[in-house]
Amino acid sequence: MEDRQAFGRELRRYVVGLVLALVLSGAAFALVAWHPLPPDGLLGVIAGLALLQVVAHFRFFLHIDLKQSHRDDLQLILFTGLIIGLMVAGSLWIIFNQNQRMM
Amino acid sequence: MNGRIHPGINLRAGDQQPTTEGVMFGFWVFMMSDAVLFALLFAVYASLSGNTADGPDARQVFKLAPAALETGTLLLSSFTFGLASLAMKYRQSMAWLQGMLAATLGLGVIFLGLEIHDFMDMARQGALPQVSGFLSAFFALVPTHFLHVAFGCVWIVVVMLQLRVFGLTHTTRTRLLRLGLFWHFLDIVWVMLFSFVFLRGLL
Repeated sequence: MEDRQAFGRELRRYVVGLVLALVLSGAAFALVAWHPLPPDGLLGVIAGLALLQVVAHFRFFLHIDLKQSHRDDLQLILFTGLIIGLMVAGSLWIIFNQNQRMM
Repeated sequence: MNGRIHPGINLRAGDQQPTTEGVMFGFWVFMMSDAVLFALLFAVYASLSGNTADGPDARQVFKLAPAALETGTLLLSSFTFGLASLAMKYRQSMAWLQGMLAATLGLGVIFLGLEIHDFMDMARQGALPQVSGFLSAFFALVPTHFLHVAFGCVWIVVVMLQLRVFGLTHTTRTRLLRLGLFWHFLDIVWVMLFSFVFLRGLL
């Protein structure tokens, strides 16, 4: 009995994750397909939707949350986020700069 | 402890062993290093995406509908993999587990087919990797994800065979869990791909 409840609870998480992912992706595609908003700042909105969706995937599909017992994995992910931020920002800075100098 | 969900270790307490935690954490480290690799390919793409060298640009070669279809396929395959994990955890039946893995594999293969179609379409328009910096970066980034999905499909076949031969042992269980992490991770990379490559190109 307890099993069936746990099964239902976990199934619900996956369903919520799928619905969230489909809604967020659908919104991003719809914004580009029908242009209901002016194009300025649209990229920012799409980036926001992508970020939300990544968080939803981590939360509902990969079971990452803020509880104490999960801290190791969360810290690994946050540290990787920091590394990615540094490397991507640094690469963009250098490559754009070189690009400009070659123009 | 029945409902306990640890990152990547979605087993019941009785199915876990002392080594499970370390093995799964190691796989997380691998996935995060893979994420760094993708992030750098993204950075290269972002800085080169304007350099079309009079070749075709993003607006000419990207199409919205196939990208949306690919997104739907991959999202659905992540969900079916989640159902496979649940079938394993709650021991519904081997048939359910194998069925859900087969569904995931099918969706993965459909995704690969759609992408091959896209690449061929681009090639027909003369959008080849050697044409411009934009296309070189594109063909470094997107086919890297394609290869990950292709290897994921091979991996699913291997795990399905192992489940058939060995049954649900501790080893096959944790292998299935790692495959699950890999598959969900590919979906996350695709979210970044469709947002920052296809949608950005078509704005």
